[in-house]
Amino acid sequence: MTARHMNPYLAGVLLGLVLLSAIFISGRGLGASGALKSAAVATMETALPAHAAQAPFYKEYTTEHAGNPLKQWLVFEVLGVLIGGFLSGVVSGRLTWVTEKGPQITSRTRLAFALVGGGLFGIGAQFARGCTSGAALSGMAVLSTAGFVTMLAIFGTGYATSFFFRKLWI
Amino acid sequence: MAPLVPDLLSNELNILSGLLVGIAFGYVLEQAGFSSSRRLAGLFYGRDFTVLRVFFTAAITALSGVLLLGWAGLLDLDAIFVNPLFMGPAILGGVVMGFGFILGGYCPGTSICAAAIGKKDAIVFVIGGFLGVLLYGEAYPSFSGFVNGSALGPVKVYDSLGVSRGAFVLFLIVAALAAFAATTWIERKLNPEATSRSFPVLQHRLAAAGLLALAAVLFFLPDRKTSLLAQVADPVYQRAHPARYMTADELAFRVLDTDPRLLVLDLRDEQAQKTLALPGAVSVPLDGLFAKEWQGALGRRHTTRVFVDEDGSRSLQGALLAERLGYDNVRVLQGGLAEFRRTILEYEPTGPATTAAQGDSDRFRSEARVLMTKRIADAKGLSSRPRKVVKKIQGGCS
Repeated sequence: MTARHMNPYLAGVLLGLVLLSAIFISGRGLGASGALKSAAVATMETALPAHAAQAPFYKEYTTEHAGNPLKQWLVFEVLGVLIGGFLSGVVSGRLTWVTEKGPQITSRTRLAFALVGGGLFGIGAQFARGCTSGAALSGMAVLSTAGFVTMLAIFGTGYATSFFFRKLWI
Repeated sequence: MAPLVPDLLSNELNILSGLLVGIAFGYVLEQAGFSSSRRLAGLFYGRDFTVLRVFFTAAITALSGVLLLGWAGLLDLDAIFVNPLFMGPAILGGVVMGFGFILGGYCPGTSICAAAIGKKDAIVFVIGGFLGVLLYGEAYPSFSGFVNGSALGPVKVYDSLGVSRGAFVLFLIVAALAAFAATTWIERKLNPEATSRSFPVLQHRLAAAGLLALAAVLFFLPDRKTSLLAQVADPVYQRAHPARYMTADELAFRVLDTDPRLLVLDLRDEQAQKTLALPGAVSVPLDGLFAKEWQGALGRRHTTRVFVDEDGSRSLQGALLAERLGYDNVRVLQGGLAEFRRTILEYEPTGPATTAAQGDSDRFRSEARVLMTKRIADAKGLSSRPRKVVKKIQGGCS
């Protein structure tokens, strides 16, 4: 039995309190893409240590972050998201093994676009120094201009282009 | 005062707190329905505005909490991470992510949450994100100038717009409420199965009214620093909270005695301190009392903290402010340094002493005049400043 979703405003208040507790405890907001970056850096340092030692992207990361790239607040926070999401799926009976897609496309198409979309998010989050969580949501909570600019750019682009990609979803 | 990092929590405990925060984050995201790409993408087709509702409610909740905690003095708003602004990269990155959202149906946080309950498209999205970072890393040298140029610092949005903080927050909350109402109307028109059809109308109207009340409170909520500074400068407050004073004689005696339990805090500007600085005095601006780097020096235990300035007016404010900030054993130099000059440094006996007490006083002041002048010359007019030991808080996703 799949439970209904939580009232969105209640969920918003709870999410806001989670974000507030992160700011209160650690002085920083939530994030997600930073953990992908940590994973990328750790992978490169293991697979091609010579390249990681000389490429500016990895060198800058090492100077800005002390210690193991996987022993970071964001990495553990994202592990927490995996655990919390799974727990919620168990509690509400939503564990599944499907490809979610619009009615007009095949699963293969959906997965291809998911890969491309993920890639674009990975790239865009590097430019904007954060994604929807780390730049937009957390940035808005501390009233940073960067947060509002990134939020408007993400959702504005989504709306401006949604017509052209409607077959993917409806 | 929060944040608990870096002074109250070690790095290990902080990372552990990240795990706990993440579990709550993932749980709420999944409960809100963010583990469904069609629901997330539905935001852009007028069919399902769940994302907008959750996102803006969360932002306003956290924002209000930050402002209220800051006002109550429980959270140091100068210490928390504020995303630095790089205008070009922020816009370009946002546009690229916007394409990622409409094509991929997730953002990184929601994709991880959806992957956790077994959505295969979400797992692929996460892999795509990982590959995207690697791709960016390889291409990074060719545009690192663009990404790192034009650093504008941690700019606040209300400063960028040239409005007051309260006005901006009020505007944001009213705009969010208008968006909630409008999108619910659209959703009910376009989607016969919209979740908003089953919303309890009365409760939501009451919540909206409550939110408007909160907006009004936040509109008038003063900045804690500004309000405390105004309070201690207010003559009514000063009359109601009499400060304790230290005479020039006692200060002179304790300085000459190199009393380790004496801390002299000089509130004058640097120019004035060049002409006269008491040996061992610490130079601190009035609003510096809020800053973290002074807490160590100010908070020394079993210490008498004496505030000095030229005429005793600013030092009275400093003393009252220090007491409001929780420091004890606070004194004001009576009559300021003007009085100190007159009675010690430029002391001239007015005539033969008529009482024994005055004789003692005259002798002390004559001696203190010589010794103090020498001590001040030895100290070469330097007043010390505490070393900056503020550790930077990391944040954001970079």
